[in-house]
Amino acid sequence: MRFMIIVPATTDSEGGVMPTEQQLADMTAYNEEMLRAGVLVAGEGLHPSSRGARVTYAADGELAVTDGPFAEAKELIAGFTMIEVSSKQEAIEWLRKWPRTCVNEPEFTLELRQVFAAEDFGDEFTPELREREEKMREAANRTAAQG
Amino acid sequence: MTRTSSRGVTPAEVSRTIEAVWRIEAAKVTAVVARLVGDVGLAEDLAQDAFVQAMEQWPQDGVPDRPGAWLTSTARRRAIDRIRREVNLAAKLELVGHAEQLRVADLAESDFDVVFEDIDDDVLGLIFAACHPSLTAQARICLTLRMIGGLTTREIARAFLAQESTIGQRISRAKKSLSAEGVTIEIPSGAELAPRLASVLEVVYLVFNEGYAATSGRDWVRGDLMEEAIRLGRMLSALAPREPEVHGLLALMEIQASRTRARVDRDGEPVLLLEQDRTRWDWSLIRHALTALERSAELCGIPTGGGAPTRAVGPYLLQAEIAACHARARTADATDWVRIVGLYGMLGGLRPSPVIELNRAVALSYASGPGVALEIVDRLADSPALAGYHLLPSVRGDLLARLGRDVEAREEFARAAAMTQNEAERTLLLRRAARPDLT
Repeated sequence: MRFMIIVPATTDSEGGVMPTEQQLADMTAYNEEMLRAGVLVAGEGLHPSSRGARVTYAADGELAVTDGPFAEAKELIAGFTMIEVSSKQEAIEWLRKWPRTCVNEPEFTLELRQVFAAEDFGDEFTPELREREEKMREAANRTAAQG
Repeated sequence: MTRTSSRGVTPAEVSRTIEAVWRIEAAKVTAVVARLVGDVGLAEDLAQDAFVQAMEQWPQDGVPDRPGAWLTSTARRRAIDRIRREVNLAAKLELVGHAEQLRVADLAESDFDVVFEDIDDDVLGLIFAACHPSLTAQARICLTLRMIGGLTTREIARAFLAQESTIGQRISRAKKSLSAEGVTIEIPSGAELAPRLASVLEVVYLVFNEGYAATSGRDWVRGDLMEEAIRLGRMLSALAPREPEVHGLLALMEIQASRTRARVDRDGEPVLLLEQDRTRWDWSLIRHALTALERSAELCGIPTGGGAPTRAVGPYLLQAEIAACHARARTADATDWVRIVGLYGMLGGLRPSPVIELNRAVALSYASGPGVALEIVDRLADSPALAGYHLLPSVRGDLLARLGRDVEAREEFARAAAMTQNEAERTLLLRRAARPDLT
């Protein structure tokens, strides 16, 4: 089963403070360990929210675009890692190994979420919807495979 | 919301934690100990001892902050104790000198320092040892799942629908055999490397196939073993990144696994490759696979877009290329059959086999028509290797049906149905025996 490890933003990540050489080395070592254990699927780091935007759908149908940055670093995310493991427990054990040295904050929460597979949807996910969903996914993947 | 710290959890939760930790750490713990004691079978015993000690201690003391380091140092300590005892005994018998005793004394110095520079090589060496060609395929599979995959004997038994005691005995015999053969965790080199690597890849692919198509019963897909094999394949591609066949095998398994959801319909009936709904394939796995395949071809020196390789092209790369021909085709009609015929030809040249020839015939039937293919299949009819192989009459039936020779086709499908061990497949064949024109 596939899980996403969601890494929250910090004052540093939002402020555009780049990691130190040591922090980079620690994170690389962690990623390499997951790679060599055959569990790492993908992972990306995100720019500060100042380079992003929010699109709000208001009740009256109006659409508002707000450019970043956004307040409350804790509620933002700074990156994610996808892993493929045999159980949620195993995913938690990988989180335990996460290099704390990479974050300059005394308290820090990583979030673990299981990635949906089509089997997880119940009857609401009709065959028709499923097909459209997968056609879309296939198209996206083909684009990605070509890029 | 429940908040669970590592202290104050139930024993059942702790044992789940230990099993999860073990899945992550087993290979490393065993490799570290194997490096110390030199004997792989003994190393596995000592690693298991550490696992058992964790099962006893963690429920009371709580899960340590660095569970992997705890397990490694516990196993190392046991190994060092054991070596000391042996050296002391040997010293008493005046078998070893002072220098050897000093070396052993040094071992304890870095007891808790478990940073091993070459741990990756040791894990790779351990994989080579578990898959040593002196062991039977079954023994290699069990040992690999146990030492590298960190599965318990119970889990292995469940996956292979076998008795736990049978698997346990198989593992213990295999360990004894490794000790007797003096197998170490050194990575083979030179002329030894190719056959040893082939032995490792064979094990991984056997595990995969066990999951992919159970040879009997209703259990068409046993997914856990497939995932386990892919995980092993990914490990190998990270640990031995210069070996084209490692990436070739990974690509092959990922492409085959990508079809899992399309292989059976809503009623649990099997769906053949060309009839599968391709939107149900797992495209992220396919993307992964095509990357691995590119890497494999690159290592063989195959220029993009085809050309002569600079390094021998192995059977897994070729099979992955064949699978990729299907994966790249948007619809079954768009399949590049000419390329597939050529790839089967190369594969057959590498290791001549009537099964490969049969596959080439199928590809040829789509590239050049069922008539040409039937000639090849008829030549294979007397091949002793294919006697009792249900796919021979099944393919022949299909070719005959496409040539409009329904009466003969019926007979072939009925014959194939009587031969297969797989119930789902039998249903499909019987349906075609009744209506040969249906595909």
